[in-house]
Amino acid sequence: MIENKKVHKFGMVVDLDKCTGCGACMVSCMSENNVPFKEDESNKKDSITWMRVYKLTNGKSFPETEIVYLPRPCQHCGGIGDHGHSPCVSVCPATATDYGYDTGIVSQIYTRCFGCRYCMGACPYHARYFNWWDPKWPKGMENYLSPNVSPRMRGVVEKCSFCYHRYQLAREQAMIEDREIEEMEYQTACTTACPAGAIVFGDLNNPAHKVHQIVKPDPHPDPMNHKVVGKSRNPKVFRLLERLGTNPKVYYMSDREWVRKAGDNYLKGEWENVKTHHGASSSHG
Amino acid sequence: MKIDRRSFLGLGLGAAAGIALSPVGVKLTDDSSIWTQNWPWTPVPEDGEITYDRSVCSLCPGACGISVRKINGRPVKIEGLDDHPINNGGACLHGISGLQYLYDPARIKTPLKKNGNKFEKISWDEAISLVAQKLGEIRESDTPESLGLITGADNGSMSRLFERFMGAFGSPNTYTMPSLESNLALTAAAIHSADRSLGFDLDHSDFILSFGAAIIEGWGSPVACIQANASRRERKAKLVQVDYRLSNTANAADKIIAVKPGTEADLALGLCAVLLAKTQISTNTLYGDVNKLAFAAMLEKEYTPDKVEAITGVKAADIEALAMEFIKAKAPVAVPGKGRGDVGQSLREFAAVQALNALAGRLNKEGGVFVMWPAGYLNFPENVMDAAAEQGAGKAKLAGSVNELVDKLEKDGGLSALFIYNANPCYALNNPEKVKAAMDKVGFKVSFSSFMDETALRSDVILPASIFLERLEDVVSGAGLAKTVVGLCRPMVKPVFDTKHPGDALILLAQAMGAGIAQSFSWESYEACLEEVTEKIWDTLSDDGYVVIDDKPPVGTPATDFTFLVSAPKVAVPMGEGDYTLVPVDKMRLAGGSMTSSPFAVKTVSDTVLSGKYSVVEINPTTAGVLKDGDIAVLKTAMGTAKVKIGFNEGILPGVIGMPRGLGHAFNNPYVAGKGVNVNDLIGPVIEPGSGLDAAFGIKASLSKA
Repeated sequence: MIENKKVHKFGMVVDLDKCTGCGACMVSCMSENNVPFKEDESNKKDSITWMRVYKLTNGKSFPETEIVYLPRPCQHCGGIGDHGHSPCVSVCPATATDYGYDTGIVSQIYTRCFGCRYCMGACPYHARYFNWWDPKWPKGMENYLSPNVSPRMRGVVEKCSFCYHRYQLAREQAMIEDREIEEMEYQTACTTACPAGAIVFGDLNNPAHKVHQIVKPDPHPDPMNHKVVGKSRNPKVFRLLERLGTNPKVYYMSDREWVRKAGDNYLKGEWENVKTHHGASSSHG
Repeated sequence: MKIDRRSFLGLGLGAAAGIALSPVGVKLTDDSSIWTQNWPWTPVPEDGEITYDRSVCSLCPGACGISVRKINGRPVKIEGLDDHPINNGGACLHGISGLQYLYDPARIKTPLKKNGNKFEKISWDEAISLVAQKLGEIRESDTPESLGLITGADNGSMSRLFERFMGAFGSPNTYTMPSLESNLALTAAAIHSADRSLGFDLDHSDFILSFGAAIIEGWGSPVACIQANASRRERKAKLVQVDYRLSNTANAADKIIAVKPGTEADLALGLCAVLLAKTQISTNTLYGDVNKLAFAAMLEKEYTPDKVEAITGVKAADIEALAMEFIKAKAPVAVPGKGRGDVGQSLREFAAVQALNALAGRLNKEGGVFVMWPAGYLNFPENVMDAAAEQGAGKAKLAGSVNELVDKLEKDGGLSALFIYNANPCYALNNPEKVKAAMDKVGFKVSFSSFMDETALRSDVILPASIFLERLEDVVSGAGLAKTVVGLCRPMVKPVFDTKHPGDALILLAQAMGAGIAQSFSWESYEACLEEVTEKIWDTLSDDGYVVIDDKPPVGTPATDFTFLVSAPKVAVPMGEGDYTLVPVDKMRLAGGSMTSSPFAVKTVSDTVLSGKYSVVEINPTTAGVLKDGDIAVLKTAMGTAKVKIGFNEGILPGVIGMPRGLGHAFNNPYVAGKGVNVNDLIGPVIEPGSGLDAAFGIKASLSKA
């Protein structure tokens, strides 16, 4: 029996000013998680990429044009008020996706999933992918598949798990040695691969972790919007569609205002109110 | 028995009770739920003990350290190796997908012999004796110099071994595919001295002036360069990118200087002219510089800011300001090599950029450019030269570069046999059709390829090579890195197919040939050879996995010889006619040169680069005419025609069409080949006099709606 000494809340922050869009995170994820590939992957609607790098531009013409690459794993939403009612978890009729209260990770159990795809409709981040076909590897290539992640079958939904199997391995090791797991013991495959060091992963609940120090999450609900909890107290840090109250555990960081503004759809005048508003300045937790 | 109402009801109720109580229903439901939860066709990867092994990736010249995770000895994942002096834990997408190359559908599984139009499987013994016999005939006919060799890289023991074979055989005809490394070596030879290379200390520079170098998109050692860029902010180092489009590197830069493609050299010379005119830089022949006065006179006359503005499109005032900013920085460095810096480069441009470094006093300074000595860790014993070898060795080389060789072969032949190792010229050189025609003029082609690529398809015999995950090899860094690190690539897995280490194949072949060649290759195996020739560093190399030969600025300031630049080398103008200039665009997610992308890498490619079977070309909407975003159009150049998809991009200079490089492969791997167009098909080589380089970076093109 594995006993959890402390409740974790794993999350990441991506420095968009460092990301070069090289794609190492995407491939590291595919290789780590036995994600299959098809002959034609140029139709991105049916191309399964747990981690997907989006390209954003500021819409200005050359030479004022600026590009930003935005890596998007599953956001591991805590749901309204951060109570664990993630949009996808709330709608799953099969309990195939669930919220881990000990880790903050949203799971996906392939053998329970019967492919209704409600979760895909509920996810505001397009982080979930449906297997329209059975995976097929060229002859012999199954040999590189990892036993830590089960290959999926036709008719089920899959998504990023924050490399949960890596957490399990680290947790087992820590348990054997009767200690807490260390920050660097559990890192996702995308984080370790990033050559630019743009991704920082760790426990948002642990003030010693780098991710906590960068994000400085506000443990109190946002006074302007009680659905939102864990808002960053770092003015450069934001979350995608933050005002929905999905409370993602993936944060983004940029020095540039247009990039931070691109994290949500603002009506005229709304951004002016939001941009100066960050989590409370007092330092709890 | 009469069935009355009573017994009917009794039986009915009994049956109902029976069915309800019977375990059959429950069992059937249970079974059906179990059976519908079985997916026997879905693989169940075998579990086991997790171990990690260290090696070096040799897919590109980056020479990154890798860590291979294994389950019961079976490799399942490749990651960057922590604390490695080159990549310090980072990895690129191509290296991470390394395992896909192991089981690639296009891998060559056994030795093959061409019979008519088809390949026939043969054994290794047959293959070796067949090649030995053919080569023996060439030697007997007293024309050993008619054996040619085309290789990918020219450092490390494997390329030395191939050169050794050529030497012992008696042929000087060894050619290297164009690479950043070879271009830098040419530059060093032209303006410093032969047998040196250039390394750019990006990690310590505070002002990087890149002449189109795709520093975060695969230039040099890709991971090291991305890391150097990522640390810029903390170091307060500036990056200024000279470019004709908003590449990712230009986007990451603090400032973009937009130039007409192909005029980068003129801009560099313009900056040199400003430095000489406006600063205290002496035109005296300090440090033994050669022809500096003549160079200064040429700059004063031909490269005034106004004249350079007319050529490059950069404003004269901006040129002056940039030159002053460059010279005033603490540790500035100018970096040459458009895109990845391999194909379509001119020595004039490399030399002009290096002259800028020289004038600014940045040679062998921290954060500048290092004029580096060769790694020098290999000690091969003297070749045993027999009579045939002596005879052939005295002959002149057929051509000065691989491009000139192709030209020569296509026109009037000249080689009776050709070895191809670690190169895919029938894809990677400009105008591959001409390369193919040139190949057809060679009677007997032996390929040491691991994959049935465009060039292997045209060979007569294939001695299939084990890939980097299956073999032992020294991998030496280069590619513009300001340090020399030798890494040890180790076999992570037994060869999956009936392939051999190309070193072993070469040793077997040499021994089968007898005479001086056999004596020059008297090793029992490549492993024994490697251990012997790397004796000086072998212990550290095999214990630590790498040896840092040098990571400090070389001592002293080398002399600069401006003769080449003073000779006013001709500018390579894009050939042909048309309203547009077509240029290749190097992308990090698409492998370039002779390396093919993996299925994973192709999967990550955006639909604004590859859409179905179409390459998407970048074009500025202001010069697109009647064409709309997403239209299918016909792109025509003097070399060929291709159907492409139009992709509007405000970040490209008007009048320029950018086409992704690395697509349009034509061989049997449906995951990576048959997608898009090979941009090299549309560009004809323009050989630069004096260097033999193919300097055609772009070509004139026309575009019309399909």
